[in-house]
Amino acid sequence: MYSWIWRKLPGGMPAKVVGCAILFLAAVALLFLVVFPWAEPRLPFNNVTVDG
Amino acid sequence: MPKDDLVEQLHRFRDEQRAVRAGRQAAGHRPAARQPAMSLAGRPDQEPATEVGEWLDPGTDRLADGPQPAGDGDPAGPTGSGGDPPIGPGDGEPGDGGSGGGDGAGSGEVWIERLRTGVRGVGQAFITLGVVILLFVAYELWITGLFTQHKQGQLKTRLAQEWNSGEDPTVAEPGAKAREIPLGQGIALIRIPALGLDYARAVVEGTGEAALAEGPGHYVSTAMPGQIGNFSVAGHRVGKGSPFLDLDRLRAGDSIVVETRQYYYLYRVLGDQRTGNPGTPGPAGVPGLEIVRPTDVGVIAPVPNHPGITPDRRLLTLTTCHPKFSAEQRLIIHAELQGVPWPKSKGLPPALTG
Repeated sequence: MYSWIWRKLPGGMPAKVVGCAILFLAAVALLFLVVFPWAEPRLPFNNVTVDG
Repeated sequence: MPKDDLVEQLHRFRDEQRAVRAGRQAAGHRPAARQPAMSLAGRPDQEPATEVGEWLDPGTDRLADGPQPAGDGDPAGPTGSGGDPPIGPGDGEPGDGGSGGGDGAGSGEVWIERLRTGVRGVGQAFITLGVVILLFVAYELWITGLFTQHKQGQLKTRLAQEWNSGEDPTVAEPGAKAREIPLGQGIALIRIPALGLDYARAVVEGTGEAALAEGPGHYVSTAMPGQIGNFSVAGHRVGKGSPFLDLDRLRAGDSIVVETRQYYYLYRVLGDQRTGNPGTPGPAGVPGLEIVRPTDVGVIAPVPNHPGITPDRRLLTLTTCHPKFSAEQRLIIHAELQGVPWPKSKGLPPALTG
């Protein structure tokens, strides 16, 4: 998977490194802003209220 | 025996790849003299092995400078007996294997390539999963705190504006007791000097997920600050700014100050005031600290643990999860109002000045 991405990235070594960094940051942003906020209430770590 | 077959196939595959590379280099660097080298891939026995070795990268020293048995013609010989060198030179991508194959052993090599790709894919998937889990931990511990910090700042600013303009959502006009406070609205500041003199959190109305992401939330059915009954607040233990992370460090007698527009309400944690042990039940049979099951709603009853009894005392209850990082139990803090409310016109109460 990663070698496939590396081969698909355009340009020489520096351009590929920059491309990798951009892809990584995009993935992290997607996780932090969309995936984790969605998943968090479904995980049993953060129930702080008492309820019947 | 199958294992030997596999090793044999791997070696042959490796050698073919090398031969193809050598051929490419020869084609690139010595167009006239070495053009026939392309045929090496198909007929390795036509050229002495040393010729192939010269064109390999220097890293594979065994082939590059070792004396080659002349006339052997099989490049697998020298390296094949010398242990297990890395298979596939450099990039080793499946694409190269495809171009190098083409003779009788082709299907086996494709199978091996698929196996390698599959194993590599599984490994990468596990590594990715691990990184995602680490990122989730970081998100829970720190990133949610940043979001909550931002919202807390907004809430405090808004509360200050409302208080300056004379509104106070926590004080109902006489006869207007049923007034509904919108969920998520800030209603008060809670200050716990034992957790730091600057410890102040804006409490919002409601205990839903959205409300608790902004700060500690007031159970809507419970009393307001200073009222008879049980002003009850839930807050996150870990994450979302971790407002109630250290509630278990509170001792009997510690101050919990609730600030509204006009007053500071001073509550003191129940328990044995002499020894400071918060686990001992106080005068009314209510301990300062208890750990209960998540379903024990009695802790936020007007008289804690005695639902249905009409209250005559002014209590405060904090709930959070316990132990840390878990939702197994709930950590409960009970406190009782001390004295009369301290008017804000008199400045900070003694409990907040250290």
